[in-house]
Amino acid sequence: MTGTHLGMPAFPAVAPAFPAAAREAVRDEVLRANLRHATHTIRDKRRRAVAELADWDRLRAAGKAVKDHTLRHLDRYLLQLDAAVTAAGGTVHWAADADEANRIVTDLVRATGEREVVKVKSMATQEIGLNEALEEAGIAAYETDLAELIVQLGHDRPSHILVPAIHRNRAEIRDIFRAEMGGWGRPAPEPLGDDPRELAEAARLHLREKFLRAKVAVSGANFMVAETGTMVVFESEGNGRMCLTLPETLISVVGIEKVVPTFRDLEIFLQTLPRSSTAERMNPYTTMWTGTTDGDGPSAFHLVLLDNGRTDTLADPTGRQALRCIRCSACLNVCPVYERAGGHAYGSVYPGPIGAILSPQLRGTGSAIDASLPYASTLCGACYEVCPVAIDIPEVLVHLRERVAQGGPVTRGGVRVTLRPADGRTAERAAMRAARLLLDRPGALRAAERLLARARRLAPRTLPGAGRGWTDSRELPTVAAESFRDWWARERSDPR
Amino acid sequence: MSSKDRILGRIRRALRDDAPAVEVPRDYLHAHGSRTPAERVDLLAAHLAEYRAVVHRTDEAGLPPLIARLLAERGARSVLVPPGLPPHWLPAGGPTSVPDRAGSTPAELDRVDSVLTGCALAVAETGTIVLDGGPDQGRRRITLIPDHHICVVRVPDQVVDSVPQALPLLDPTRPLTWISGPSATSDIELDRVEGVHGPRTLEVVLLGTQ
Repeated sequence: MTGTHLGMPAFPAVAPAFPAAAREAVRDEVLRANLRHATHTIRDKRRRAVAELADWDRLRAAGKAVKDHTLRHLDRYLLQLDAAVTAAGGTVHWAADADEANRIVTDLVRATGEREVVKVKSMATQEIGLNEALEEAGIAAYETDLAELIVQLGHDRPSHILVPAIHRNRAEIRDIFRAEMGGWGRPAPEPLGDDPRELAEAARLHLREKFLRAKVAVSGANFMVAETGTMVVFESEGNGRMCLTLPETLISVVGIEKVVPTFRDLEIFLQTLPRSSTAERMNPYTTMWTGTTDGDGPSAFHLVLLDNGRTDTLADPTGRQALRCIRCSACLNVCPVYERAGGHAYGSVYPGPIGAILSPQLRGTGSAIDASLPYASTLCGACYEVCPVAIDIPEVLVHLRERVAQGGPVTRGGVRVTLRPADGRTAERAAMRAARLLLDRPGALRAAERLLARARRLAPRTLPGAGRGWTDSRELPTVAAESFRDWWARERSDPR
Repeated sequence: MSSKDRILGRIRRALRDDAPAVEVPRDYLHAHGSRTPAERVDLLAAHLAEYRAVVHRTDEAGLPPLIARLLAERGARSVLVPPGLPPHWLPAGGPTSVPDRAGSTPAELDRVDSVLTGCALAVAETGTIVLDGGPDQGRRRITLIPDHHICVVRVPDQVVDSVPQALPLLDPTRPLTWISGPSATSDIELDRVEGVHGPRTLEVVLLGTQ
């Protein structure tokens, strides 16, 4: 064990805006080929898996309604969940932000006297940077999902919600395993080929010793049931089952929006999540547990309920639908922007279309990356189409663009504040004001159109001044010799 | 103020716009098709096989020799046995039985070759078997650590069509494990590989009247 480079390198505090990051990514030919292959494979499989269910649209509507209903009464369901988990032998903690959640988990691990934890893939713990916080406290956190292991060993960042190492091909993964496994525990077998079967076997051997000796595990959860206190984790590899059943202490960090009212509600998501996510009828393993069970599984269970910007998101009537998200990643796989830019350009653990509406709401639009994310889309609507809980991502994107460009009231840290218009959007606002002036005055519009038509030979290829940024990546349309309105008037007055 | 109160306060303030109440439409299907019991069992077998579980069919008389054969073909020297497994399922003179004990360490269980269990129920439409820690299934870890799991499903009694039919039959206070084929990963180029950490071989025995 080297003791260095534990934890996943966090997303930089000052991430470049999306266009700059994306420009880098699209130059990477290997990355683009990896992403294209992966997203096309999974989107075709998903289409077939969804087509098997004649009632897909009804399941989608029901899933949306369950989530909306829960959010509408979120305080009540969280209190019910708290009581049910406690009654079943668990301990519930509430964390207002990332720092508080990290402190709670660190203290819980310290109290066990252990210096290492095994982890089930969890978006919430990545969001709060738990691995880095544990590392600072001298606690090693081992990711056990194969893709997370690849990312962790490669000192890399996740680029996809479901398949965090989607940007790596098999040869790159073999090289990472060979170079890094020995520093973390059992080295990769030699010789090691790049067949996925061989690589999976290497991961099995490497992680086995960690599972068998682990005393503490950290997980997230896909769902929490308020009426029973039941936690649900969907997975494929069995690393989840290992972490959820072998250790003595289990700590689950879960966003407050993951609660559903009843055990029966799971009948919807057990059908829609696997098909949307891995494009299977059912994922290989799903574990459901309620508190602790005598003689079976961990004897101590801690649930850390995480806010970290979720209540701020809830305060926005248009934006709150992002909290319906069940993290299936179907929207990433169909997105033309994600396919080309890759996950890292989004500067967050939540990439793709859902990340473009979730990150600026959870973190606010104060940074360059968060202010640019609502623009990281062509608004084609494919994401909305495939979303199993019908999040209208384009609607929220447009809403957030308006917020960035015009400012307005938002909630940050539970406090209502008024956002000022973003810098650099002045030209856009001036253009919009000019357009309104013209469109409100038909006479002025006609005069402007004629003037433009007469001067069409002088039209530049790129716009000057503030407009240059826009024409850097776009062709200016050619100006017609005659305006539509003049053409219409002429055609109508000249009957054949 | 505790964080709990702070978060609950934020939620209540966030919901001041008083969005309309939402009714959950439950008009989705209870099952995707109507099947005879035999068709239901056939569908389960087909879907299990599609996700690379190995499916066998037998009756009460044929069960012990079948299990003996499966263990022998595997070369198993030891087999984990939950406390409530019908004793006659295990062949005489077969591999050493290892009882499911609270005191066993994970490392000890790692040295056992196979595990033999029953199940709580099976879901035909998704090719899933569900374990609930009942007497013929044992602790969750015994079906996780050995590399070879033989699971007996009583057909057609234990088979339901769909997920909506399965949930009312399960007790959420028990630890539940839903298993659909052996463990798998698609993390490398989305190429599916069967067998990572859980049992790499899952054999499902459909036990009925032949």
